Amino acid sequence: MHTLKRLAVVGFAAMATFVASAGDISGAGATFPYPIYAKWADAYKKATGVGLNYQSIGSGGGIKQIKAKTVTFGASDMPLKPDDLKSAGLLQFPMIIGGVVPVVNVKGIGPGQLHLDGATIASIYLGDITTWNDPAIKKLNPKLALPNTDIAPVYRSDGSGTNFLFSDYLSKTSPKFLSTIGANTSVQWPVGIGQKGNEGVANMTIQTDGAIGYVEYAYAKQNKMAYTLLTNKAGNAVAPSAESFQAAAATADWAGSDSYYLILTNQDGAKSWPITGASFILIYKTPDASSNVVNAASINEALKFFSWAYANGTAMAAELDYVPLPAALIAQVKKSWASQIMDGGHPVYVGK
Amino acid sequence: MAIIDPRHAARQLVFERIFRGATLSAAILVLAVLGGVGVSLVHGAWPAVSHFKLAFITREVWNPVTDQFGALGPIYGTVVTSLLAMLLAVPTGFGIALFLTELCPPLLKRPIGVAVELLAAVPSIIFGIWGLFVLAPVLQRHVQPWLISHLGHLPGIGPLFKGPPFGIGIFTASLVLAIMVLPFIAATMRDVFDTVPPMLKESGYGLGATTWEVIWNVVVPHSRVGIVGGVMLGLGRALGETMAVTFVIGNSHRISASILAPGTTISSAIANEFTEAVGDLYTSSLIALGLLLFLITFAVIAAAQAMLSRLERRSGAVA
Repeated sequence: MHTLKRLAVVGFAAMATFVASAGDISGAGATFPYPIYAKWADAYKKATGVGLNYQSIGSGGGIKQIKAKTVTFGASDMPLKPDDLKSAGLLQFPMIIGGVVPVVNVKGIGPGQLHLDGATIASIYLGDITTWNDPAIKKLNPKLALPNTDIAPVYRSDGSGTNFLFSDYLSKTSPKFLSTIGANTSVQWPVGIGQKGNEGVANMTIQTDGAIGYVEYAYAKQNKMAYTLLTNKAGNAVAPSAESFQAAAATADWAGSDSYYLILTNQDGAKSWPITGASFILIYKTPDASSNVVNAASINEALKFFSWAYANGTAMAAELDYVPLPAALIAQVKKSWASQIMDGGHPVYVGK
Repeated sequence: MAIIDPRHAARQLVFERIFRGATLSAAILVLAVLGGVGVSLVHGAWPAVSHFKLAFITREVWNPVTDQFGALGPIYGTVVTSLLAMLLAVPTGFGIALFLTELCPPLLKRPIGVAVELLAAVPSIIFGIWGLFVLAPVLQRHVQPWLISHLGHLPGIGPLFKGPPFGIGIFTASLVLAIMVLPFIAATMRDVFDTVPPMLKESGYGLGATTWEVIWNVVVPHSRVGIVGGVMLGLGRALGETMAVTFVIGNSHRISASILAPGTTISSAIANEFTEAVGDLYTSSLIALGLLLFLITFAVIAAAQAMLSRLERRSGAVA
């Protein structure tokens, strides 16, 4: 009886919250940007009183939910192809930028000391390079004393945008990787050990002598892991940093891209970090008046939030080691909103 | 003299009917849920099953890039980790149960009994985290190098212990699973051993039997059904365990001879990949994995039932 009463109270409370949050913006999708979306949502609620309910269920789930019209916006780490967008009636735009960083655990090698390139990392993950004193690694690091340790490759076992960016970068820099593995949110790794999440990969790399892994920049930085330098497309050795991620985003040809379908790995530019990626938002171009989540009013609320985040969210993003979009790109996104998200011939959101 | 009040009787009858209806609908609900799960699994798995046909369970490939999926790796990992876990947990659980019911000094009986039950209440994620942060480094630094250097070269069992000591893999997953299913097996067995009538045991001792003879010839035959039940309960949990396994198995769809190598299980593959699975065939293949687990569990329960009824028949024939 007691339990029953308690259950009833809990149920009632849940209903009350549901009613209270009916005016909130709802979104679902990628886990990678979740920390920053949550932080923005918190600040936005304080500033405007409008809350954001973002479920970080993964990009795949976000795409499914927006197509089913159960959320106002979806979020994906992998951009949707222009054809997919067209058939679903969705607009896609980048929201935040992040980078993936290779990390190693080799005795005597600290952060930023080891220098690698895409082809070498691809060979490691293909099982062609198996020890740290391999000539290919030595050639890139003539001054480092590399041990004879076996390389233990660690990969992300869960489907993720991190996997996509990393495998996409390796596919662009190694023809063999492209033909045998390819790029996706999960791929069939021929060697190595899989760990769940950034924290799993970071932990396994820290624990295992001779390990190499790849994690989001924030994890590498916060765990003070030995990240590597990478050779970018311009041929320079670059270190991962907010500046090098932004350089990649700034060099990318967003204006010439179709529906922002642009993957930021291996971009031109002297300072560009080669494994950079944007996280995308998906939203309907034509509001559906019969729906209470994708109607003009709710889409307008969502765009207001994104506009606020572009303008006021930079410092918060930097605190969490995310990188804001370049100003020119923000202007372009806002232009796309005004020209493409239409309700009966009028733009749904008119920003300042 | 008690005279039945007709109004009271009528009320009783109505109550009786309602009660019967309520229990019946509760029972039917179970069937409906089971049926619903089955139907939706088959429906969701259909695109993958009709596309790959039998090759889905005979191929080791799992390539989301080229949309080629075969479930042999996860099936292998599920079966091997569960069997290894049972191999470790059943004798241990049997020993714990026997010790608690037959040999334990009364003073220790409660603390050990409570400890076993507490072990059963630990959430599986805790076992996963413990396995990854505590057990895996110990195995990696101390246990696995020893296994590799001492057993890796032996003929016959050598290939089982080859490869680099990652610390995580099939072996670690089996170990964690064994610890997780141990309390279920031990507690069930203890309970059934407790139901053996003292008179039977006393008679055995009275005839001059040793403790071992009483256990083996009186206690065990009397509680066979319960023992099988405990083992099946443990096996059921081992087959379906997700989070703890995902942490320590290494999550690779490859099959290798070595039990130190990484592998994957059906449930951990689903947990890992379902959220980010884009594309109908990929999602459907993951659901098909779920269907397979459903079928495997079903087969295990059916086998247990068959075994039990055979045991019953045989003991009936003897008596």
